[in-house]
Amino acid sequence: MNNFPALIVVCPLCAALLNLVLNRINEKLGKAVIVLSVAASLIMSVFVLAQVITTGTIHYHMGNYDMPLGIEFVIDTVNGLIVVLVSLIGFLTLLFSDNFGYKFKTRLTKGAANTVLTLLIVGLLGMTLTGDVFNLYVFLEITSLSAYCLIALGGERGIFSAFRYLLVGTVAATFYLLGVAILYGVTGTLNMADMADILNEGGKDQAMLLAICFLVPAFGIKMALFPFHGWQPSAYSYSEAGAAPLITGVMGKIPAYAMFRYLYCIYGTDFKYFNSILVIVGVFSVFGMLYGSIRAIAQTDIRKILAYSSVAQIGYISLGFAIGTPIALCGAFLHMLGHAFMKGGLFFCTGAIRHKFGTVNIEDFGRIYKKMPLTCGTLTIAALSMVGIPPTVGFFSKWYLGSAAAMQGEWIYLAVLVISSLLNAIYFFRLIEKVFINEDKSLKERVYDEFKTCGWKLVLPVVVCFIAILGLGLANVKIIDILMLSLKGVGLC
Amino acid sequence: MINAFLAQDGIYLLTVILLGLGLAGIIVCNNYMKKLICMNIMQVAVIFFFLCLGQKNGGTIPVAMDTIIHAADYINPLPHGLMLTAIVVSLGTTGVGLALLTRIWERFGTLEEDEIIQVKGEDEV
Repeated sequence: MNNFPALIVVCPLCAALLNLVLNRINEKLGKAVIVLSVAASLIMSVFVLAQVITTGTIHYHMGNYDMPLGIEFVIDTVNGLIVVLVSLIGFLTLLFSDNFGYKFKTRLTKGAANTVLTLLIVGLLGMTLTGDVFNLYVFLEITSLSAYCLIALGGERGIFSAFRYLLVGTVAATFYLLGVAILYGVTGTLNMADMADILNEGGKDQAMLLAICFLVPAFGIKMALFPFHGWQPSAYSYSEAGAAPLITGVMGKIPAYAMFRYLYCIYGTDFKYFNSILVIVGVFSVFGMLYGSIRAIAQTDIRKILAYSSVAQIGYISLGFAIGTPIALCGAFLHMLGHAFMKGGLFFCTGAIRHKFGTVNIEDFGRIYKKMPLTCGTLTIAALSMVGIPPTVGFFSKWYLGSAAAMQGEWIYLAVLVISSLLNAIYFFRLIEKVFINEDKSLKERVYDEFKTCGWKLVLPVVVCFIAILGLGLANVKIIDILMLSLKGVGLC
Repeated sequence: MINAFLAQDGIYLLTVILLGLGLAGIIVCNNYMKKLICMNIMQVAVIFFFLCLGQKNGGTIPVAMDTIIHAADYINPLPHGLMLTAIVVSLGTTGVGLALLTRIWERFGTLEEDEIIQVKGEDEV
């Protein structure tokens, strides 16, 4: 029980490496070990979350070193929730990806793809849990490297987008390292809490400003915030179909959480230029929300629609950070949780449709609801949630963001929030129209030679996302209460 | 004079120039191999920057000796340790980048960005 925070990361890491060996003995065995390890992470993260809610923030010291010296894992209710989210969607994605094994020619590549997917989960979990700035860099690179591989596995276009992402992503990682170097130069510590204490003594505003000028673009690139989103649409669209839900649903959120930590936990509101930084982040998110939605309207490939819509949705999250009151931060994190299930769910549906009929063009989706009722149910509920129709989670997160903006008197933010939601309605209602009203295209079912599909592994993720979108919406007050335990007193008042 | 300049803030200026060179190269170069090399130059610039932080006049290597008792007389080993990790990471990134370039070369027979876009048909940025 005491070692759960470390085991959450270590279990999947060991399983991922073990898989390379086990895969040579028996293909199923390797996969089973991976799935079990991620399931164990999921269970442990639920326990840790329950413990955090009752007893408060957990500080886990690696190897029992005293604090500024060693590496620390810090778990409060915010990242406790995010860890549950990452391991849940990771678990579902691992099951889901079984159905896309036909793409890999040899057993070795198939096993390696599973290992890389698990390493992506490890990186995301580690980035969320860690309380050490350099440790964050290492996990950031684990995440990035496995993401490059998974995007490159998506075929010819995938390789091309993966290389572009690699260039941009490495620039981001280098900027992050430079920001850390500057902060380390003035504080002499790498521990986040210790660094926050030293920075709060004051007198280091110039160096802090220089560092944040590198850190915001670094996280901006990783989370695909508006002017830095160039790599994102093609990378999300052409990534390997079995891994796409995790990449699109979760990968952009964790750097956003890291940015929150830098802005509010390390820098804090006492920082002299804090409000200017918030305004810059706000401008980025406002333009992103409009740009992403407008570009999404013009697409016909469903993956491209969803990728551009992600540019807009990340804008909502950073808008919450830009408003900066505790209630806005709650809205941002609720949107982070909700959007992971919405976008993940939409990509689970896209993957299922692609698996059955081999198409991703929404023009072909005519009356597809007759053939895949469950999938289309989730598709519809996720689309409605994106637009913000109650009682889905999308409505409530936008409600919290909007009311926080109104309380702060940020009327531009509120107006853009509403306009962006209306633009969302345009392309998501078009999608719903194709699914339910357009004439039947009588698609042919895809036939696989020598490959057995596993039906429940396609259905389970879709159903879980359906329940999660509605559940998070109905239980939003509960979630906000849990988030508030940690966010009270953080941010502007 | 140049010694004095480099001993103070000049060394940071040099790393910044190196960083700028790498970044400019990634943006300007048309060849993917050159882009990858510029990416490496950028990473090396940050590694230099970190190592400059660990540099100290009159310090000695961080191995405990009986004659030197004050911590201030030793060089801080932490930046070097961190940069070992960063070098490994940069090795990994370069490896993945080269593997991707091999695949692009196999498919398109060229590494020039404009030629690849001609063959592939650019859908969008």
